[in-house]
Amino acid sequence: MSTTTGSTTTGSTSMGVELRGLTVRFGSTTALDAVDLTIPAGTVCGLLGRNGSGKTTMLSVLAAFRRPTAGAVLVDGEDPWENPRVLQDVCLVRESGDVLADLPMRENLAYVAGARPRFDADVAGALMDRFELDPAKRPDRLSRGQRSAFGVVVGLASRTALTLLDEVHLGMDAPSRYAFYDALLEEYVAHPRTIVLSSHLIDEVQRLLETVVILHRGGVLLTEDAETLRGRGVSVTGPAEAVEEFTAGHQVLSRQQLGRTVQAMIHGEVPPEAAARAVASGLELGPVDLQDLFVHLTAEGPR
Amino acid sequence: MFDGRAPIYLQIADRIRTEILDGTLQEGEQVMSTTQYATTYRINPATAAKAFAQLVDEGVLHKRRGLGMFVSPGAHDQLLEDRRSRFFAEVVDPVVEQARVLGIPIQDVVTRLTSDVPLGATPPRPEEEGTS
Repeated sequence: MSTTTGSTTTGSTSMGVELRGLTVRFGSTTALDAVDLTIPAGTVCGLLGRNGSGKTTMLSVLAAFRRPTAGAVLVDGEDPWENPRVLQDVCLVRESGDVLADLPMRENLAYVAGARPRFDADVAGALMDRFELDPAKRPDRLSRGQRSAFGVVVGLASRTALTLLDEVHLGMDAPSRYAFYDALLEEYVAHPRTIVLSSHLIDEVQRLLETVVILHRGGVLLTEDAETLRGRGVSVTGPAEAVEEFTAGHQVLSRQQLGRTVQAMIHGEVPPEAAARAVASGLELGPVDLQDLFVHLTAEGPR
Repeated sequence: MFDGRAPIYLQIADRIRTEILDGTLQEGEQVMSTTQYATTYRINPATAAKAFAQLVDEGVLHKRRGLGMFVSPGAHDQLLEDRRSRFFAEVVDPVVEQARVLGIPIQDVVTRLTSDVPLGATPPRPEEEGTS
């Protein structure tokens, strides 16, 4: 059923990540500033951040495309730099593709099959069909969305223990994105591995994630269980005084007033008793979308 | 109630409870696996696993090694008792409050509840509570 190549695979099928004081500078620009981060093996992790927050730089360091200025990078406990054991099992897919643009996709896949010990040609074929990609076509003749889809085929069929997908879904149309989410989940549950999915659009992907890391200005703003994070924001609506009283002591992310009614968004846990009291006193409590929370947490200027 | 704020795993747990209550899932029956849940509802399998863990803690589900998750004996009655104890606080009291805001006399509500006007489909109950 699986078509593997001659080289042997050692180690686990999921590799975790450990960053300690990771710093990357380009000239006078600090892209990542003393980042400490753990990505547990076998999880689907969302790496979220605005453009320029350091997501791509971090992923490039993990895939050993780039060397850190300072600090330690450990993938499966080892430095990935010039480390063939680790790197044959790390796959970074960037929006740009990282493929042989002027060779048919069929030849691209043959090349990947030779480089990736766990590559599964059947899975690749099925994914090509799913994304309606013609193996005889060259990547440089594809639309942006199709090129992204081909990146996903390479990323998922490689079955690498650490799979890094950098904003791959952004160029795809809606049907392709849903095909991508389905394929990602199916592949992940069938062959668990560590998957890092970076994006600044998190609405659609949030349910796929187990952990969320938010990068902001080259640092980690927060790292949390996705479900916990979703429960962390509460919107509260009601008479101004009651809302003020409720939000006192909480981090207020936003506040809007319409006449005597105020709607505030807070970041933080609300104990069930406090929530019940608030509802009883006529306040309306509602969910905060992860995307909203993200936008407010990473807004520029003082908070 | 502050619905919608509920994390997905709580919503999944609630859906399973409802299925057990309305008989869709029988005691002793196997529930979908976390894998099936994940791919069907496009959620992370850890999220589904969290829902199952909660239901196992409550004694509603139990795990059979190598086989999967099953509905525990007595789960139906246990859930029924739990839902009934919360029925007045969560269902009736908001109706009363809404009637008060709208200036509808409580007697009108009672009349409505005890009239023969069909109130829509009500799920069959194994035993009758003396409220109607």
